[in-house]
Amino acid sequence: MGKESLSITEVRDMMLAVADKIIESEPILTDADRALGDGDHGVGMERGMNAIKDKLGGEDFANVGKVFMGVGMAMMSSMGGASGAVYGTFFRSGGKALGDAETFGSAECATFFKEGTEGVMSRGGAKPGDKTMVDALMPAAEKAAEVVGQPISEALSAVAEAAEAGKEASKAMIATMGRAKTLGEKSIGHPDAGAVSVAIIVAKMSDCAA
Amino acid sequence: MSVQKKLINDPLKVANELVEGLVDAYNGECKYVGSRSIVKTDIPDGKVALLVGGGSGHEPIYHGLVGRNLADGAACGDIFAAPPPDIVFEATEAVDKGKGVLYLYGNYAGDVMNFDLGAEISEDEDIDVRTVLIWDDVCSAPPTDKKNRRGIAGLVPIVKLAGAASQTAESLDELEAAAKKAVLMTRSVGVSMTPGSIPATGKPTFDIPEELIGLGMGIHGEPGVAEIPMTTADELTPTMLDLIFEDFERDEEVDALKEGDEVLIFVNSLGATTMMECLICLRKAKEVLQSKGIKIYDVMVGPLVTCQEMSGLSFSITKMDDELKGYWDAPCQSVCFSKMEGRYGG
Repeated sequence: MGKESLSITEVRDMMLAVADKIIESEPILTDADRALGDGDHGVGMERGMNAIKDKLGGEDFANVGKVFMGVGMAMMSSMGGASGAVYGTFFRSGGKALGDAETFGSAECATFFKEGTEGVMSRGGAKPGDKTMVDALMPAAEKAAEVVGQPISEALSAVAEAAEAGKEASKAMIATMGRAKTLGEKSIGHPDAGAVSVAIIVAKMSDCAA
Repeated sequence: MSVQKKLINDPLKVANELVEGLVDAYNGECKYVGSRSIVKTDIPDGKVALLVGGGSGHEPIYHGLVGRNLADGAACGDIFAAPPPDIVFEATEAVDKGKGVLYLYGNYAGDVMNFDLGAEISEDEDIDVRTVLIWDDVCSAPPTDKKNRRGIAGLVPIVKLAGAASQTAESLDELEAAAKKAVLMTRSVGVSMTPGSIPATGKPTFDIPEELIGLGMGIHGEPGVAEIPMTTADELTPTMLDLIFEDFERDEEVDALKEGDEVLIFVNSLGATTMMECLICLRKAKEVLQSKGIKIYDVMVGPLVTCQEMSGLSFSITKMDDELKGYWDAPCQSVCFSKMEGRYGG
């Protein structure tokens, strides 16, 4: 039986573990982005994750939302570019929506993914089907809404599966945003690099809650 | 493709170190602000401020356009990446003198998102911010879809005109209107022949076959409208200018260029294309404009909007009216671009 919900400290440690996991995955992200973009996503994410480790390590937070907002600010400031803005917005919007919640259960999880995903869509203008990180986030948010009431361990596991399936589905899509849009149909067959990192992030969150 | 030799230090510090060097080049006229901005040291109180910015690696722009009668500051991104929102905010706070700040920068998704976030933070601090996007590249989207156009070399005359306007503007509204007019009247078309390289890795920014020219390609190597066989300056120049003439014709927001109109023409090198080539193309461009009865009000030529050692060039045409001529005739001075009062041949 997994955990019912996560404490503020457990959420912080989860995000630190996510940061390590992404740093370890840098070559995968670089390869994914090289196929469609300019190949800088892996290095950019690595820079963002190191900033998260600097910001979260040893810090105490008043609530769960503040942890996620700290993650968002660290990514935004350190990464720059379009990816810093959209990842930063995801964690900031999702975290802000949690108000003063002191635990992260399946209800908070649903709010976090819903508001985070909406923030990304309004900031970047991407819709589902545009072959972006939204194609992993949207199914994750929808699944999170379905599993409210379950323990966080079960909920995050289902959300991670949905994000992974969304990433896989992005392979068949034609890019219409960002630098990859100029490839048109040539973008078919590769997953979006942003969706790849979302799938890795959520999978690690799920591992930590198990 | 061989790896470029670059005189750099830590690849992760390229952007910061180049901005430090730029501040040194200004020799006291500008200062380094916050994480990575450059701002004039003597902005008068009550001046409506003009802030530019974007990814680094395209020197001398944008940060080299900070100066006298030009921009008041620039928010500098990492190499080919938009500046993060906190850098935009730091620059905004430093240039604001109580009358608000106009953001003027190229229309790229990353820049728009980060400058918008920077504007939100600034507004929380009660700084009035407006944004005018630069979208002069006629090959990047049709005139009915300007919000998807890229900003390329036309930014130099646009920032020059807006910089002059900012000296006399009484309000942010007035500066915004002048900058919008400069953008609307400026159209560019570029070609590229060989790629630049990413400074940290030395790897090329794109691939193009040896015998081809990318017509309408963007300054980072974004695809253009066609890949055409390598040709001569005199063959290529009219092809490029025709795309600009067509755009003025097709765009319902502006009048077509016609006999008697006066234009500013800018021939920009993307880095490796030599002044020799730019001048040969300028000579042909003058002939093409004269054949249509279009008068050249003034000329700019040089490598101002670059992508490392990318080869290629662009033409930018700004259609002038009395208001824009007034802004143009003002002298200006910066590391990127300086001119005397008035104009050549004026």
